[in-house]
Amino acid sequence: MFREDATLEHTDTAEPTRRDFLYIATGAVGAVGVGALAWPFIHQMNPDASALALASVEVDVSAVEVGQSITVTWRGKPVFIRQRTEKEIAEANAVPISDLPDQFARNANLEDGADASDVNRSSTGKEAWLVMVGICTHLGCVPLGEAGDFGGWFCPCHGSHYDTAGRIRKGPAPENMLVPPYQFAENDTIVVG
Amino acid sequence: MAGHSTYEPQSAPAKWLERRLPVISLMRGSFVDFPTPKNLNYWWTFGGIAFFVLVVQIVTGIVLVMHYTPNDTMAFASVEHIMRDVNYGWLMRYLHANGASMFFIAVYIHMFRGMYYGSYKEPREISWILGVLIFLIMMATAFMGYVLPWGQMSLWGATVITNLFSAIPLVGESITTWLWGGFSVGNPTLNRFFSLHYLLPFVLVGIVILHIWAFHTTGNNNPAGVDPKSEKDTLPFHPYYTMKDLLAIVVFMIFFSWFVFYLPNYMGHPDNYIEANPMVTPAHIVPEWYFLPFYAILRAVPDKLGGVIAMFGAIAVLFVLPWLDTSKVRSATFRPVFKVFFWLFAFYSVMLGWLGAMPAEGIYVILSRVFTVLYFTHFLVILPVLGLIEKTKKVPDSINDAVLGKTGHAA
Amino acid sequence: MMKNLMFKSARALAVVAGLAVAGPALAAGDGPHVEKQPWSFAGPFGQFDKPQVQRGFQVYKEVCSSCHGLSLVSFRNLAEAGGPGFSPDEVKALAAEYTIEDGPDGEGEMFERDGKPFDKFPSPFANEQAARASNNGAYPPDLSLMAKARAVTRGFPWFVLDIATMYQENGPDYLYGLLTGYHEAPEGVEVPEGQYYNPNFISGTTLAMAPPLFDEAVEYTDGSPMTVDQYARDVSAFLMWTAEPHLEARKQIGFGVMAFLILFAALLYFTKRKIWSKVDH
Repeated sequence: MFREDATLEHTDTAEPTRRDFLYIATGAVGAVGVGALAWPFIHQMNPDASALALASVEVDVSAVEVGQSITVTWRGKPVFIRQRTEKEIAEANAVPISDLPDQFARNANLEDGADASDVNRSSTGKEAWLVMVGICTHLGCVPLGEAGDFGGWFCPCHGSHYDTAGRIRKGPAPENMLVPPYQFAENDTIVVG
Repeated sequence: MAGHSTYEPQSAPAKWLERRLPVISLMRGSFVDFPTPKNLNYWWTFGGIAFFVLVVQIVTGIVLVMHYTPNDTMAFASVEHIMRDVNYGWLMRYLHANGASMFFIAVYIHMFRGMYYGSYKEPREISWILGVLIFLIMMATAFMGYVLPWGQMSLWGATVITNLFSAIPLVGESITTWLWGGFSVGNPTLNRFFSLHYLLPFVLVGIVILHIWAFHTTGNNNPAGVDPKSEKDTLPFHPYYTMKDLLAIVVFMIFFSWFVFYLPNYMGHPDNYIEANPMVTPAHIVPEWYFLPFYAILRAVPDKLGGVIAMFGAIAVLFVLPWLDTSKVRSATFRPVFKVFFWLFAFYSVMLGWLGAMPAEGIYVILSRVFTVLYFTHFLVILPVLGLIEKTKKVPDSINDAVLGKTGHAA
Repeated sequence: MMKNLMFKSARALAVVAGLAVAGPALAAGDGPHVEKQPWSFAGPFGQFDKPQVQRGFQVYKEVCSSCHGLSLVSFRNLAEAGGPGFSPDEVKALAAEYTIEDGPDGEGEMFERDGKPFDKFPSPFANEQAARASNNGAYPPDLSLMAKARAVTRGFPWFVLDIATMYQENGPDYLYGLLTGYHEAPEGVEVPEGQYYNPNFISGTTLAMAPPLFDEAVEYTDGSPMTVDQYARDVSAFLMWTAEPHLEARKQIGFGVMAFLILFAALLYFTKRKIWSKVDH
């Protein structure tokens, strides 16, 4: 319908490659630009610098008696700190690791492949103390303490049972509850994070 | 719009869709096959540029809202959190803050282009009026956006502008209190401004669609100001104007980036890096540059209500511009006297902008009054009279003639 | 003729746009005269001079911080990219010198502990009222954003030229001028009780802040001159960094963006020209 239209379709037969190259180069550069532009808009939703700055909490546990638990907040999540009874430790040690649904320690203070023995879930010399992120590894609910079939924790959302070392024993949760990075400081203080 | 499409769906899914929702032929009719005058110059690209900046503002704005806290005790710190901690947060904020200025630059050029080439004249009055409405709403949006960082200029700018409404007789005080949600600009004000600042850009997009629909119904105006008579006068929108607009947008992005990356605080006021303090007023309250001409008109009138009426009148007069200009000739190219007055009008606008930034004292007040009178005289006296008495040049018969005439001279 | 007209109107509109853009810089008020200083972070490739920013931090810590807060800055920022370049261990040790109020603890009590890198700089006063009470009613402002919160009016035609020259260092120029501007009031100038004469102050010629810097007041270890001039330069550079911690990234990314856009615009120009080459227009 337009004289000019025809020129777009098939003229410049003398140097079609140069024209095609120009169009392709322009399109390619434009595509690269759009791709590069997308990144800041995606990355802005990732955790920001203040969230990444590893925050830590200090917890005075001198008042936590044997058989008692406290819950503290770390990175917006509940952390269970429990001084376990001899009986609880013994029960946890009595289970062969091969019987556990998840045989890894899931302990941020140890190597990745460490097995889920009771001492790997607590820490050497301080076996009574169990410190873990109180979040069910199934879909993120907070389990109830001293409950469930194994005397540990029970998640009411979908029925996951954890034992006295916070290891998954029954139910849909795939992993043991996570042990966060922590250390004992002087004066009965635990530093989480 | 869709009527211009020669699109015939080929594939089965395309046929299926076309029978139910002819969106492909609508888009093709509007932005691919749409016959566009072939003589549009680069001033015509500023509509597309303005729309591009509006999209930038909406996208970066949505991002900023993900990190911003609209609360009077936290807003300032949350903006600084964006600037310091959020990944590329500084980029998002600087794009958004400078984008507001870029939007106004593009829209002001777009408006002056419309005035120069008579794009507001019959039959494009509706397109022009919708454009003025866009201008009005974007001013409201920009004003409320400037309040959100909750710096000193945010607070005191909001106080001054909302106090304009107290000039209304009888109900003024009640309206101001209602706008504030309290007895001064405070947290309720911040929250409602945030809500509206998020809403209005989407309203703008809606009006922009109507604005485009209107001039796609009448066809574009063009530098010659004569309607297309034959197919020789037009080109399909794609690829001719898609590529021309895209080139203009990318060149405009260079200008935009210059400010974002090298002069990010040039357009802003340093006082807005001081957190809002209702106990201390900054020495000089200056609105953003794009409000300055209207601010000058406000201050030129030595009466509270009169100043407010003059300021809103300066915008209102734009709505009736199509009927104030009595000339049948559209383009200033063929109106030698109008052309002079057009540039004088541009000069008045710049002078008013400068005076808006000056203190309201001495010679500045007198100059503000002079230019306010000149501003209104242009619309209310010059344009109606000039159309009746001006001797215009011969208008070309068609766009093609205008184009060939130009090349003929150059050769 | 048409082309000539377009060119002329383009020029005129460019002036209009330029003036309009420059509006805010025309803002009223004759501020003090501000001398431009050479800054390492000026210009399109500007970077912070890390040793200078470290020295500036030392000046802030030993002098300014007794009255002025830095409440938007965290200790960790000192070790982040584009900053003064302290090591994470140095920052840890530095943070531990500060006492931070935290809590509540298990008993609901607030308690004090050593600072950690993620903490923000503690402010010298609990709030504005406390600050005023200890400073004869004057409020020593927080310095986090000071380098962007002060700018002296540039006036015509400088504010237009500033666009081309990328002048964005009004803040540190002003701070340097202020810190080095104290001297004896000239004959006939009344200096009120509790005020100090400084013609470089942005609002008036006297202010409530006593001259904060003296030669040899801060012990530099890198051999830089221990003069008021050098202290003022260093602390102004440090405050530019606290106000704009991503300045380096901004300018680096800006260069890439500019290079890309110019290339893309050139390609688009030729593409557009090719497409339009057979049309009279």
